[in-house]
Amino acid sequence: MTADQLARVAITETPRLTQLSLRLDPAGSSSAPVAAVLGARLPTAPCTWAAAPEADLLWLGPDEWLLLAPPDTADLAPSLRHAIAPHFGTVTDVSSQRTAFDLTGPGAPDLLAHGCAIDLHPRSSPTGTCVQTLLAQTGVTLLVLDDAPQAPTLRLLVRTSFAPYLRSWLGDVASGT
Amino acid sequence: MQLIPCPWCGPREEAEYHYGGQAHIAYPDDPQGLTDQEWAQYVFFRDNPKGPFAERWMHSAGCRRWFNAVRDTATHRLLTVYRSGEPRPEVPTP
Amino acid sequence: MTAPFRLPGRGLVDQGTDLEFSFDGRRYTGHPGDTLASALLANGVHRVATGIAYRRPRGIMSAGVEEPSALVQIEEPFPEPMLQATTVELYAGLVARGPAGRGRLATAADPARYDAVHAHCDLLVVGAGPAGLLAALAGARDGQRVVLVDDQPRPGGSLLGTAERVDGLPGPEWAAGVVAELAALPDVRVLSRTTAFGHYDDDFVLALERRTDHLGFDAPAGTSRQRVWRLRARRTVVATGAHERPLVFPDNDRPGIMLAGAARTYLHRYGVLTGRQAVVFTTDDSAYAAATDLVDAGVTVAAVVDARTTVPEAWAEQCARRGIEIRAGEVVTGTSGSERITRAHTAPYAGGRLHGPRRGVDCDLLLVSGGWNPVAHLYSHARGALHYDPARGAFLPTGDLPNLRVAGAANGRATLADCLADGAQAADAPASTRASIPVSAPVPATEPVPDQTPGLVLWSVPDPAETDGGEPRPRFVDLQRDATVADVLRATGAGLRSVEHVKRYTTIGTAHDQGRTSGVIASGIVADALGADIATLGTTTFRPPYTPVAFAALAGRDRGALFDPVRVTPLHAWHTAHGAEFENVGQWKRPRCYPRPGESMDRAVLRECRAAREGVALMDGSTLGKVSVQGPDAGELLDRLYTNLISTLKPGAARYGVMCGVDGMVLDDGTVIRVAEEEFLLTTTTGNAAKILDWMEEWLQTEWPHLRVTLTSVTDHWVTVPLVGPDSRAVLAAVAPDLDVANAAFPFMTWRDATVAGIPARICRISFSGELAYEVNVRGWEGPRLWEALIAAGEPYGITPYGTETMHVLRAEKGYPIIGQDTDGTVTPQDLGLGWAVSRKKPDFIGKRSFTRAENLRPDRKQLVGLLPEDPSLRLPEGAQLIATAAVPAPPVPMLGHVTSSYRSAALGRTFALALVKAGRERIGDTLYAPLEEGVHPVRITDPVLYDKEGTRRDG
Repeated sequence: MTADQLARVAITETPRLTQLSLRLDPAGSSSAPVAAVLGARLPTAPCTWAAAPEADLLWLGPDEWLLLAPPDTADLAPSLRHAIAPHFGTVTDVSSQRTAFDLTGPGAPDLLAHGCAIDLHPRSSPTGTCVQTLLAQTGVTLLVLDDAPQAPTLRLLVRTSFAPYLRSWLGDVASGT
Repeated sequence: MQLIPCPWCGPREEAEYHYGGQAHIAYPDDPQGLTDQEWAQYVFFRDNPKGPFAERWMHSAGCRRWFNAVRDTATHRLLTVYRSGEPRPEVPTP
Repeated sequence: MTAPFRLPGRGLVDQGTDLEFSFDGRRYTGHPGDTLASALLANGVHRVATGIAYRRPRGIMSAGVEEPSALVQIEEPFPEPMLQATTVELYAGLVARGPAGRGRLATAADPARYDAVHAHCDLLVVGAGPAGLLAALAGARDGQRVVLVDDQPRPGGSLLGTAERVDGLPGPEWAAGVVAELAALPDVRVLSRTTAFGHYDDDFVLALERRTDHLGFDAPAGTSRQRVWRLRARRTVVATGAHERPLVFPDNDRPGIMLAGAARTYLHRYGVLTGRQAVVFTTDDSAYAAATDLVDAGVTVAAVVDARTTVPEAWAEQCARRGIEIRAGEVVTGTSGSERITRAHTAPYAGGRLHGPRRGVDCDLLLVSGGWNPVAHLYSHARGALHYDPARGAFLPTGDLPNLRVAGAANGRATLADCLADGAQAADAPASTRASIPVSAPVPATEPVPDQTPGLVLWSVPDPAETDGGEPRPRFVDLQRDATVADVLRATGAGLRSVEHVKRYTTIGTAHDQGRTSGVIASGIVADALGADIATLGTTTFRPPYTPVAFAALAGRDRGALFDPVRVTPLHAWHTAHGAEFENVGQWKRPRCYPRPGESMDRAVLRECRAAREGVALMDGSTLGKVSVQGPDAGELLDRLYTNLISTLKPGAARYGVMCGVDGMVLDDGTVIRVAEEEFLLTTTTGNAAKILDWMEEWLQTEWPHLRVTLTSVTDHWVTVPLVGPDSRAVLAAVAPDLDVANAAFPFMTWRDATVAGIPARICRISFSGELAYEVNVRGWEGPRLWEALIAAGEPYGITPYGTETMHVLRAEKGYPIIGQDTDGTVTPQDLGLGWAVSRKKPDFIGKRSFTRAENLRPDRKQLVGLLPEDPSLRLPEGAQLIATAAVPAPPVPMLGHVTSSYRSAALGRTFALALVKAGRERIGDTLYAPLEEGVHPVRITDPVLYDKEGTRRDG
């Protein structure tokens, strides 16, 4: 990958996504009503995400998902809480906890390889991959939105307080390797 | 950079993990009923074997799940990992 | 202009392009493709350095990374010490010199950029010589993801330094063809100028790529100078070749004494003659090729001195045809010359001893060859065991490792054909794990070579002085460390029996080259001296890095502003724009204070404190850790983790809480609010946020998984703004018209949801200053709007932003401890005077049982107290010790405690401090003494609460 290709990776921030932390037992009774609200079942394969009509559903742990929806999707959290009740499960608004950076361009996986130990080759990380890992010196949630070799798109979710650091780091890599 | 196989996420670099010391040390049922010595045994004393050792790890930069591992302290090799709550599997003695 | 020792038209350098460079103040010319060493040799320069201990002239011994003596200092373009002349690629304008033993570091910051990158592959091949190329080709043709790394600028390995042909092509041309095929495949990466310097756990290999070093002044600014590759390979083939071993004999260190293979490399690769009149001293066959190649290129070879009594017939014939004299059964017993060798002395040798008269032979070049050491470093790093092969006098890899194979000369293969054949099948997985058909490449044709005759293992030539009583001459083992055979014998004479101990005693093998040319020889000499078997004695352990790696390269881009992540809140831009001085709290940047132009920090803090106590002030408290605790058992979990009772809290209320470890020591503190019946939100200290969440998860997941509770970090979700001071109520009322702010409607330790400046907010009436205060929380991205609205609403009251220093003063005046500053992991809640926050009702909680341990009941435990220095202007340094007497007694001085926090107080009009003092509460009213550098200062012990002890101010 040439420096030029890295420099042409488009990095855009997608701020203020509605983000909900969802915790429930996927084998429990609230699973089906939640799926009905979301329009799809929660992914249970580790390190994957799935698109649903109401939100992108990110597997974060065996009983934990992060739901991504457009900004100001105010009705999703109450609907989910309603669906879960009376069973045990929780929904927490974490919309401001993380921000999203989208990286698009053939050099995007290689750009991240300068600070990320995950193998981003499409054979290992196809579309639908969602890993929580380290990038440079900060934790990220990394989604493969599209693994097409000509125009791969990756999404990084990073804690808001680390976002300026990560932005500087991405810029530093893009400016020269 | 050693790889540690998270029972959920698969092998990841050791920098993603947090070490939690010896596994299967239960919190005493009735701490107030213990003598100072018995309590100190729980608080301060842990095994330090040469060879297979069951210990706790947390995938702190990943799924944030605690799990258990049996590691050979002489070679640093992880012999097996298992999820929290599962019994310690038999591992062949090296 | 052609340099005097350059052969026009020979070699792989671009003789059509001149590169001017300077060495030791003299100007020379070389060509692209040269190393500094080859360019110097082309100009007849052999002496490049000076021995570190004995100051003897030193020359160029090798043509690669095994170089023990030709260390140079680069002066321009950027100073860099201790580089091997044999590995520095030449560029125009290079200024270098041969230092006397040591180099010098640059005093200016390194302007270069450094990089790191991860790569994953099915097959990693280290070395692009004959074996490595075939291994890579086999893997690549099989469709594997292949990374091939090689430390040279062009592929070929040993083929670059011989005239051997492969598949009818000159070796370098064949190698270039293979690499072209590899590079055209999508999943193959070929890295030249890249040295795999360490093999680590789980098939992790680090390699250093030198990307712009060879460009000198023309290095582009946007390209990193060096890059560390972090390679994770399913399988690794180590095809790193072999290093020729020198021979140890009296005065074996003069410039002009060189490895035979190196002279051959200088001839074929660089078109350089390393001398006019050579003597070749060998114990095996390979040096004959050097001798005949050199004669064919016009060098006179005055003699081949072969320590073996039987010389290989085929080579004898080749020598005879060229008129080369062979002195069979002889060894070199010494040399003459000062700046350069002028004469070699030989004598018959048998049975480990010299026999008969010595003969001299004039020469300006003495080529030596004592056999070959496989470069098995990476195999050793991977814990592969080496075994001694007495026929070769070398330590060889012992079989394959699960995911690593050694191939070619590194695996002890001696001929090109054997190396190619070994490499061709090296990419194949072990038969036991192989899933499909074997992976291999067809073995290309090579030219016939004479059969190998066994070499003679000769660790050191005896010094004739031992038998004829002359002055002994030094026989160098490690040229860089100036360590000799005598040094090794001194070590064994001192009783050392292990080669590892001898290494440390003599320093052999501890220089930049880690004993590449000296280590095995040292083992051999030790074995001879002890009458031991070298096979059981072994050799010293190879450890990473294989070649030196600059710290800058290891740091990569983690330096300067990116050295450590800087965490900031959404209000950071405002702080910066308003002149905040920042302090680091963990990774956070927090405003320490906001000095006005010309105002000192001390004065700014006094002004901010006054505003908070007398008017209204606000700060950015967003860095506090925040954890949402939800579920039917949330109260139960918190009861088990906090020392006080949490489950009885009513929705709408807040409570201060303390957490301890099982040892009963304070871990953290903060506030807990009950958001709803099954939902709590707790805060942690800024630096402890991650630790406390982990602590809670640990108990929940591993000890009490049956509790129906979830924990969610919301630290970054909220911006938190404490609004503090008697006027805070009025300011809040102005921005939250729908909120009843009256004390009765919104009392202390409660919280309300309300709209503040049009933003949905949660307001907690809690105070870390003793003043009337509110903590306003909004979603992160609403933070700046909230802050600006509060500033605007507070303007009539002179609202003042304050920083962490003011926060510290305000809380210390009230005796509120900061966990981690006033505590150090050995302090209980009772020590802090927080016994009121420890529940007596709860049957158990984490830490409870430890409170009654004998140690924690001692009356002389250190307790938190206040301190008032007798001199009201003296601000005690934090950490200052406290003693009982005005005169410092003779050591050991009994220490009674130490200062944990110390400030200047606007409210008290004087300085004060908090301290941990043995039996401190009993000493209230007493005077202790703080011995400081400039004198001993009396201090009065007080209650830790120095301001508004009655708490009259918190309701405004």
